[in-house]
Amino acid sequence: MIGLEHFLILSAILFSIGIYGVLVKRNAIAILMSIEIMLNAVNIAMVAFSRYLALLTGQVFAIFIITVAAAEAAVGLAIVVAIYRSRRTVDVGEVDLMKW
Amino acid sequence: MNLYLLSPEISLTAFAILVILLDLVIKRKGILVYVSILGLITSAVFAATLWGGEATTFGGMLVVDGFSIFFKFLFIGVAIMVVLASVDYVSRIKRFQGEYLALILLSAVGMMLMASTGELVSIYISLELTGISLYVLTGFLKDPKSSEAGLKYLLLGAVASAVLLYGMAMVFGLTGTTHLGDIATAVSSGALGSPALLMGIVLLVAGFGFKIACVPFQMWVPDVYEGAPTPITAYLSVASKAAGFAVILRVFYTAFGPVSLDWGMIFAVLGAITMTLGNIVAIPQTNIKRMLGYSSIAQAGYLMMGLAAVSSLGQSGLLFFLVSYAFTNLGAFIAIIAISNKVDSDMIADYRGMARHAPLLSLALALCLISLTGIPPTAGFMAKVYIFNAAMQYGLLWLVVIAVINTVISAYYYLRVVKVMFLEAPASQERVPSSGALRFALCIACIGVLVIGVIPSYFLRIAEVVVRALGS
Repeated sequence: MIGLEHFLILSAILFSIGIYGVLVKRNAIAILMSIEIMLNAVNIAMVAFSRYLALLTGQVFAIFIITVAAAEAAVGLAIVVAIYRSRRTVDVGEVDLMKW
Repeated sequence: MNLYLLSPEISLTAFAILVILLDLVIKRKGILVYVSILGLITSAVFAATLWGGEATTFGGMLVVDGFSIFFKFLFIGVAIMVVLASVDYVSRIKRFQGEYLALILLSAVGMMLMASTGELVSIYISLELTGISLYVLTGFLKDPKSSEAGLKYLLLGAVASAVLLYGMAMVFGLTGTTHLGDIATAVSSGALGSPALLMGIVLLVAGFGFKIACVPFQMWVPDVYEGAPTPITAYLSVASKAAGFAVILRVFYTAFGPVSLDWGMIFAVLGAITMTLGNIVAIPQTNIKRMLGYSSIAQAGYLMMGLAAVSSLGQSGLLFFLVSYAFTNLGAFIAIIAISNKVDSDMIADYRGMARHAPLLSLALALCLISLTGIPPTAGFMAKVYIFNAAMQYGLLWLVVIAVINTVISAYYYLRVVKVMFLEAPASQERVPSSGALRFALCIACIGVLVIGVIPSYFLRIAEVVVRALGS
C-alpha cells in the first residue's frame, strides 16, 4: 500500500536532487532545470497532502506553482540568451565580471 | 467579493498596461514618466479612501487594514521617487522605455499585494510578481554587468522561492489550511512543536530571508546592486526589502504567534550576524554601489532587531525604521545617480573633491550617509534609538551591545566617503548638472530625513496605530 509518507519521501529526494544540481552544475540552463525539479518536488508534496487531507487547496496551489514557474523559466531563459550574446558562454563559472 | 478593496492595485495595473500601449503610439517618450506618476498618485488616492477600515476579501486571501495601507503608501512613495530618479536614465535608453516604467509599476503592485495577503497562495504569487519584474529590471541594460546581475538574481531568487514553497507545503500539510488565521488555530490546538512544522518554519524564514537579504542569504546583494541600473538598485534596497519585512511581520505574528518555538531568537541571532558581516565587508569596498549594498545588508540586521523584540514596540520600531531608511537610502542613491551621470563612474575614488564642483549634491549625499550612520539630527538616529529601545525592553541587551558596536564600525566607511568628497582636492573643476526631476526627488528625500529626525513623534504615532492591526 502506497501511503502519504511514500509521496513525501519521493518529494524530499527530488528536492535534494534539485538542490544538488543547483550547487554543482556550471551550465546556467542545467541550473534552471534543477530549479524546476525542486518546484516539481514541491508540487508532489502539495498534491499528496491535498489527496490525503481531501482538500482542493493543495492542487490549486500546485497549478499556480506550475504557471508561475513557466513565467520564471521564460524570464530565466531570456536572461541566459542575453548573457550568451554578450560573452558566448552560459557557464556560470565564467560569468564573473563581479566577484561572487 | 468587494473589488473596491483592491482598487489601488487594479488602477496601478491598468496604468502599467496603459504605459506599454502609449509607448507604441506616441513619439515623445517623456510623457510616459508623467503617466506613470499619475498612475501611482491615483493608486495612492484609492488607498487613502480605504484608510481606517478593516476588511477581508476573496475569502480571506486579501486583508485590507491599517498595516497594509501603511505599506501601500510606502511602496507608492518609493516607486514615485524611483520613477523621478529614472527620468535621465529613461531618456538615454533608446528602446523599451515603456516597459521599464511599466515593470516598475507592476513590481509595486506585487509589493502592495504582499503587504495585504492573508494566505499562503497569494503570498507566493505576489512575491513572484514582485520578483520576476525585478529580475527583468535588473538585467535591463545591454552591458554584460547588468545581464550578469540579472542572471544571479534570478537563479538565487528562484532557488529561494522553491525553498519557501517547500516550507509552505509542510505548513499546509500539517495544518490543513493555507489561511494564516486558521494556521494559528491549528498550530495552537495540535501540531504544536512537531519537528516537521519547525522545519516548515525554518524553510519559510530561509525563503523570506532572501528578500530582506539577511545572512546566510545575502550573497546576491553586492553583485546585483552593482550590476543593476542605479534607480533599480535604490528600488531593490528599499521597497523590496520593506515588502519582505511586511510579509514576515504578517506571517509570523498572525500564523505562528502561538508556536512554542522562540522564532524571535532566530531573528535575533541572524540579525546580529547580518549586521556584523555587512559592516565589516563594507569597509574595504571601492565601488560606492557595492558599498551601499553591504550597508543595506547591515541595515537589514538592525531592522531584524524589530522582529527579534516580539512586542508591539518592536513592530512599530521596525515600521518607523523602514520609513526613515526609505528616505535616507533613496536620497543616497539619487545623489549617486546625479553624480555618476557626470563622472561616469561608481568608484569612491572618483568622488574626490566633489564638494567643490557640486556643493549641494555632496551636502545631500553627506546628510544621507550621516543618517545611515545614525548621527543626530537625522532620521537614521531616531530610528536606531527606537529600535534599540524596543530590543532593550524585550531583554535583548547583548543584541543592543552588538548593534551599537556595529554602528561605530559603520561610521568608518560612511564617513570616509564624506571625507573624500569634502577634504580631498578635486580632479576637475566641471560643474555637475542634474535634471529637475532628480533634484526634486533628492529634495524630498533630504527634507524627509531632516523632518523625521527633528519631529519623529508624528510618524511614530502612525506606526503605533498601524501595528495594532496585527495584534500581538
